[in-house]
Amino acid sequence: MNDFIQLIVSGTATGTIYALAGLGFTLLWQASGTINFAQGEFVMLPAFIMLFCMMAGAPLWLAFLLTCAFAMLVLGAGFKKVIVDPLIHHGVIPLVIATLGVAMVLKTVVRAGYSAEAQQFPSSFPAGQFSLAGITISYADVGTLILAAAIVIALQVFVTRTMTGRAMQAVAQNTDAARTLGIDAKRMVLYTFLINAILATVTALLITPTYLAKFDMGESIGLKAFFAAIIGGFNQTRGALLGGVLIGILENLVGFYWSPAYKEGVALMLFLVVILWRPEGLLGTAEERKV
Amino acid sequence: MKLRTLHLVTAALFALATGAASAQQPILISGLVELSGTGATSGTNFDNGAKLAAKEINAAGGILGRKIEYTSSDTQSNPAIAKALAQKAVDAGAYVVLGPVFSGSILVSMEETRRAQVPNFTGGEAAAITEKGNPFIFRTSMTQAAAMPKVARYIQNNLKAKSVDVMWVNNDFGKGGRDMIVKALGAEGIKVGADIPTEPGQVDFSSAVLKAKQSNSDVLFVYTNEEESARALRELRKQAYAKPIIGETTLTGQKVIELAGDAANGAIAHVGLTADAPLAPVKAFDAAFQKEYKAKSDHNGLKGYTAMYFVKVMTERIGKVDGKALAAAMHGAKMTVKDNPGVLMDVTFDNKGDLDRETFMTKVVDGKQVVTDVLPPLGAK
Repeated sequence: MNDFIQLIVSGTATGTIYALAGLGFTLLWQASGTINFAQGEFVMLPAFIMLFCMMAGAPLWLAFLLTCAFAMLVLGAGFKKVIVDPLIHHGVIPLVIATLGVAMVLKTVVRAGYSAEAQQFPSSFPAGQFSLAGITISYADVGTLILAAAIVIALQVFVTRTMTGRAMQAVAQNTDAARTLGIDAKRMVLYTFLINAILATVTALLITPTYLAKFDMGESIGLKAFFAAIIGGFNQTRGALLGGVLIGILENLVGFYWSPAYKEGVALMLFLVVILWRPEGLLGTAEERKV
Repeated sequence: MKLRTLHLVTAALFALATGAASAQQPILISGLVELSGTGATSGTNFDNGAKLAAKEINAAGGILGRKIEYTSSDTQSNPAIAKALAQKAVDAGAYVVLGPVFSGSILVSMEETRRAQVPNFTGGEAAAITEKGNPFIFRTSMTQAAAMPKVARYIQNNLKAKSVDVMWVNNDFGKGGRDMIVKALGAEGIKVGADIPTEPGQVDFSSAVLKAKQSNSDVLFVYTNEEESARALRELRKQAYAKPIIGETTLTGQKVIELAGDAANGAIAHVGLTADAPLAPVKAFDAAFQKEYKAKSDHNGLKGYTAMYFVKVMTERIGKVDGKALAAAMHGAKMTVKDNPGVLMDVTFDNKGDLDRETFMTKVVDGKQVVTDVLPPLGAK
């Protein structure tokens, strides 16, 4: 039983990280109809920017803040301006292809700059662990869980309880009606892209100590985040949280009780089951579904 | 008469000219290495070692007066690409092929070099590589079949273990090593506890480590590639695993220590090659490598470096650039550091292409690999 609980705890910690990246998918989809298949690379790039800052002598917290600024500028505003705005009027497919291209470019650039070898990345939390009722829990898992959950909850509160958040939701649900009501739709969409950039940076901060910084680290993260968003419901921010946590826990359980060989297939299997049984996602709403 | 003399002189001049042209032609050596994918660390180090050796040899006049032209191609850690690149290398007229490092890749690609009768020096360690009767394949490190009994003996004599859990990566390298260590442990009367397979490129080792903790054997043997070894060590420390952790070749490698950080401390491994070996030629190599690449070499760097020197020494021994003759001469060859410092350690090759030389037991102490024992060559017993 102790093993089971330990697997649930560490799986939940990993799952909340998938949820953070998955949240970016849902936000961009809701706000602008963008499916960003470079989301994994949006996590990879900040990891390397943080490494670069640390190599220049910055402590981790400063590197993180500088990278947030960089990500908001390049992966937020820059991505929207250069890629999304010119292509959004041509439908989903050109944008999907463009984001796949962005992913390839980012991987190539980072590989050329840092080599294909993995790089160490420091943990934001102290090493060590504690025992609770016979279960060994690491500070890193607890820290990850708390930070990721706090961000997801804060975002949920921001979107549902603040004027700006509600305006963002209004734009997501009906852009024309929101404009009629005097909401600056362009600005709201920009906010969404900026939030996505920050989420990607936080994800990088939390996941890179385990994944190790590598040019192709985004492939797996991006895919799992996408599945997490679909499983939870692409039109619900809290859906990504549920999807991410489900994947994290099931991966751990399958790896332990069955075989690690099937671990990587868990997200895909869950995705298939949900798509067949409830296409709008576990928490999604059918009438708002656009895909 | 005068006309005949003129013809003879012309023929002699022509022969001299073509001979000179041949002497000027570089010797093409192709590297098939993992520069991306899961084997990027191994392949990059191997490649850098080979490049460094080629540079040194060329600076000293080359091989039989001819420069080495070393070109490396990226297998992307993919056996199918490795095979295609091997074909390309032999079509390009490579005298020798170096690499790949991954056992799964060489097992596939060496069919091409064998078909073309081109000597192929690999960094792969799977026992199966030299068990296929290929007369053109040669190792640059110990085979698992030779290394694992040394590890099992160390576990028996030094760690006094009665049971061992085995964590291994599910590829040709890991599967071969797992089979060999289980056999070697059995021969020493040591019980295998949990048999824990992991996947190439696996990120999360929490369930694998939990299995080892649950099994509660005396020792954990970890046999995975570099990045996975680092992740496994991190997770083992994260879950406060307290038993001795021992590996072979990769576990205490330079890149693993760099990636695992403090989590690598205390890990023990048997290594065939290490840049920290207490030997003067190895220390000279270590200094030259660090000067060239601003990084410390792992064992794969030494594999690539020595492979290039094996080619130089044996080509000069046979006195001609002839792939078939080189392969024939390699079987049963003995090279000594005294005569050829570039080979770094005295080495002998058997008729299968396996090599034998001194090996080392290492331990990670304060983030550095420390050699704790020097084990004699198997043939010296």
